Amino acid sequence: MLKGIPVSEGTGIGRAYVIRSTELKYEKKAVEDKQAEKERLHAAVEEYCKRTDVAADKLSETAPKEAEIIRGHKIMMQDPFMISQIDDKIENGLCAEAAGEEVLDMFRGMFLAADDEFTRQRATDVDDIKAGLLRILLGVKEQNLSDIPPASIIITEDLTPSMTAALDKNNVCGIVTENGGRTSHSAILARALELPAVLSVPDAVSVMEDGMTVIVDGSEGIVIAEPDKETQQFYIKKQEAFAAEKKLLADYADRPTVTADGQKKEVYCNIGNISDAVTASEKSGEGIGLFRTEFLFMESEHAPDEDLQFETYKKAAQLFKDGSVIIRTLDVGGDKNIPYLGMQPEANPFLGFRAVRYCLENKELFRTQLRAIIRASAFGCIRIMVPLVTSVSEMRQVRQLIEEIKCELEAEGTDFDRDIQLGAMIETPAASMIADLLAKECDFFSIGTNDLTQYTMAADRGNPQVSYLNNVYEPAVLRSIQHIIKCAGGAGIPVGMCGEAAADPLMIPLLIAFGLDEFSVTPASVLKTRYNISKWTKEEADRIADVAMALETADEIEKYLKAEIK
Amino acid sequence: MVSKKLKVVNSEGFHMRPASNFAAAMGKYSSDVKIEVNNMEVNAKSVMNLIAACIKFGTEINIVCDGEDEQEALNEAVSMVESGFGEK
Repeated sequence: MLKGIPVSEGTGIGRAYVIRSTELKYEKKAVEDKQAEKERLHAAVEEYCKRTDVAADKLSETAPKEAEIIRGHKIMMQDPFMISQIDDKIENGLCAEAAGEEVLDMFRGMFLAADDEFTRQRATDVDDIKAGLLRILLGVKEQNLSDIPPASIIITEDLTPSMTAALDKNNVCGIVTENGGRTSHSAILARALELPAVLSVPDAVSVMEDGMTVIVDGSEGIVIAEPDKETQQFYIKKQEAFAAEKKLLADYADRPTVTADGQKKEVYCNIGNISDAVTASEKSGEGIGLFRTEFLFMESEHAPDEDLQFETYKKAAQLFKDGSVIIRTLDVGGDKNIPYLGMQPEANPFLGFRAVRYCLENKELFRTQLRAIIRASAFGCIRIMVPLVTSVSEMRQVRQLIEEIKCELEAEGTDFDRDIQLGAMIETPAASMIADLLAKECDFFSIGTNDLTQYTMAADRGNPQVSYLNNVYEPAVLRSIQHIIKCAGGAGIPVGMCGEAAADPLMIPLLIAFGLDEFSVTPASVLKTRYNISKWTKEEADRIADVAMALETADEIEKYLKAEIK
Repeated sequence: MVSKKLKVVNSEGFHMRPASNFAAAMGKYSSDVKIEVNNMEVNAKSVMNLIAACIKFGTEINIVCDGEDEQEALNEAVSMVESGFGEK
């Protein structure tokens, strides 16, 4: 078994088609006619740009974003400053190949040294550009794949745009390369062709031989040569499941979430940063049910200022035109420590000075975050959610702070949503017990099942000896959830759930029966959850819930649900 | 020589698209255009150098233009950065 970087989902089973490209090797030789050598370089750059344009145009319809990345490669190659640096090296006697390689390697090093992920990723683009340029300078022909046999797994060093130009995609069922990462040409092309692909598999080309049976798992980054029968069977199943899910995906994307009897529900997403928010919207999430803002605070060595937070929240709001973005205020403490906040070690951090308790004592930090959120509310439908609420007075203090900030902003003439909603995350037994009282103070509820389960069962999530108690099917937890949703319904406020239970197919009929409005799940689970919700009528869900809620142990309940729900 | 200090306001800083738009815009001028940031001097006409400099949101930069059309170059540079490259 070989491992690499999974860049394009799906499983492919086929026969190896190994492409041994001529190595991009050259002899460093002293150049006599420097002017001619520079002209050779400039012609190669021009040719590179032309080829990239062709590839980008080809991709622009099926994969506009990928086309954009390739156009980026062209812009980088055309950098006049970089070209003049290469020219200088030629002037000093290097051949065009060596001069280009040295300068590009220098930039690659600079990108890799950056302290930011985006910039480091660009290093693979520099690799791609270098390979493309050298190929042209050395006159290395790119492979023509027009006569590739059916059911082939392409195994090569790099997959290039011109290589794929003539490719009959129907004859290919997977791609394995030795080089490249998620943003390389190879990855972009594989995704555009919707072929499973694993990249950066060391020595793939030398290990594999033409005609070998090969499995490519583009979801896990695994390549298996000459698999045994059992392994093959396993991957055939996986392939079928993937195809079925893809079909489902297509059927349930971009449409409203409704139960089988037409009740409107919402599937939202849990996110930690803007790139998650983009994924959420791509995966057809209708809004954000939980924006964990801790990551914004963990990323740097000091608290993010109001403007940086504002930009981030605003961006999220703008991504969702029809749905809400529910931003959870800083949930620090417990298992989430942020060094610069100077929190003291505690004997029981989960029962300690954390979340809203910390924020109400550290008003400046809290005020900055609330101001950023409220300012961002001018750009979409933002809601504020307070974590770890245990009393009515906490909600009142937060609301008062919000009212003060609104007055400030009003006085400054800053735009914001005057009706911005404030809700509580219901994740403690205390909040559940007084859900009727909290409902009068809140515009919405969101049930956090992970903490609610651990606090209700008094069982540490991280302790394996009591992990059997951390079970959402425990009657104590289910009753608590039912009670919370009922209190919200009684007060006429919407109620959502963010936590793994919201995406659990066994929980969904119960949650529909209880009357949950919004299910907040990871982006990858949106379509499955929408599908699972669509299967149930209220009547059927009620029937299941009635039986389940009359059972006495978590085991019985889980067994019953499993038998009823296939 | 003219210059102006300002803060980067778009949330992703000089990433790929802003950097390439900025370098392309500055390339139209005959003046030298430099960005002074974190004790470095970056050639603003070079997209590769702009990306390598990794200029993030909130960073204070000093744009320096020197040449015949320095004022026009500075004006455009400042307006691009201040407008968040149109993508705030």
